[in-house]
Amino acid sequence: MIALGGATGLILAAFQDNVTYFYGPSDLRAQTKTVGTRLIRLGGLVTPGSVHYDASGTIQFTVGDGKAEIPVLYRGILPDLFREGQGIIAEGRITDDGVFTAATILAKHDETYMPPEVAGALKRAGTWRGESHDKSMRPKQ
Amino acid sequence: MTIRFHYFANPTRALRVAKTLLPFSLAAMSVLLGWGLWLALYASPPDYQQGEAVRIMYVHVPAAWMALFVYIIVAAGSVSFLIWRHPLGELIAEAAAPIGACFTALALITGSLWGQPMWGTWWVWDARLTSVLILFFLYLGYMGLRNAFDDPAKGSRAASILAIIGTINLPIIKFSVDWWNTLHQPASVLRLGGPTIHPDMLWPLLIMAVGFKFYFLSVGIIRLRNHVALRRLQALSLLSSDSSSLAAVRLSSVAPFFAMGGYAFYVWPAYGVTFCVLAILFARSAIAMRRNEAAVQRLPSPQSVS
Repeated sequence: MIALGGATGLILAAFQDNVTYFYGPSDLRAQTKTVGTRLIRLGGLVTPGSVHYDASGTIQFTVGDGKAEIPVLYRGILPDLFREGQGIIAEGRITDDGVFTAATILAKHDETYMPPEVAGALKRAGTWRGESHDKSMRPKQ
Repeated sequence: MTIRFHYFANPTRALRVAKTLLPFSLAAMSVLLGWGLWLALYASPPDYQQGEAVRIMYVHVPAAWMALFVYIIVAAGSVSFLIWRHPLGELIAEAAAPIGACFTALALITGSLWGQPMWGTWWVWDARLTSVLILFFLYLGYMGLRNAFDDPAKGSRAASILAIIGTINLPIIKFSVDWWNTLHQPASVLRLGGPTIHPDMLWPLLIMAVGFKFYFLSVGIIRLRNHVALRRLQALSLLSSDSSSLAAVRLSSVAPFFAMGGYAFYVWPAYGVTFCVLAILFARSAIAMRRNEAAVQRLPSPQSVS
């Protein structure tokens, strides 16, 4: 039994890195040096107005958390839910100049569910808060 | 023989209550699941961002809730068995564990089918998904440990201890989405500030959840009766080899009016897997119970009162 508990503790400790599934842009800004060229995950909201496609089909956009923004480059298929203002998680590497090159993009949706007509009514009434009230996509402090 | 009599005394009383309860539980389960399915697949709106894929929520979330709830039952039964030597607690835990394992597997499978179109991946090792996978392994470990000993009493003890230790995983699962950055989104129902689900979608979810609860009660009663009958047969060494025929209950696939907004590939397998697994579990439990209770009825001893 003690061995079981000890093994569990060791496994949880080893998982600490994985347990934090992604860094926010402010976290990443703070530790670009320590991160180096490791494969990491960046999570945040797609800044409205920042999405551009260049000639070769690479998409560029910035990911923000209300405090900091990081530019992202990506070639490949985007999930259905990808759009401006949406939460996403990008897996890839960040270079010294602060640009994140993504190998994979996952969409993260918040915990709100409602019919399309209700969402439309909220938007027309100006009380739409959108995905940005997902507090896991905001800085933790 | 008097010792055996005392052993079965409490469970026998509980069994009488359970038998009376079973038809009502089955009726409630059928009504709620039927109504819930109609709401979930047809009479509820699509989601503003997930479209028709949101319908997977109506099987995924109840399955996940049940996975946690049944584990609490298993742990509580184990505690009552270890501390107060209550035989009924042990029987309930043993009967409930496979049902909990099925619910956990369903939560993982339907979640995976939901994650691929919405997130863009079948699986990630974030805190929520990993801790639920660990819950699944805990159920399997509990069921395996119990049978791993020649002495069934030792097996029950070991399994009960594992079940109690594993309880630490429950708050980890629940709060994983708050304590760590995860891909899985935070809670939509049981949270401070109230649910963030529109009532048109919350009601079908709650109806399905209560329907799943009555499924658990029904199959739990069936399995409990089966285990009590099995114990009696084992005590008298009358147990024949376990040649239960697997009555596979298959759902005929419905011709899609429901392209499900393009997500049919994910929504229908999610419902199909859920109801196939639940039906197979129900059928196996009921068949075994019928067979073993019939064998107990045929016993010549005056104690064969059911």
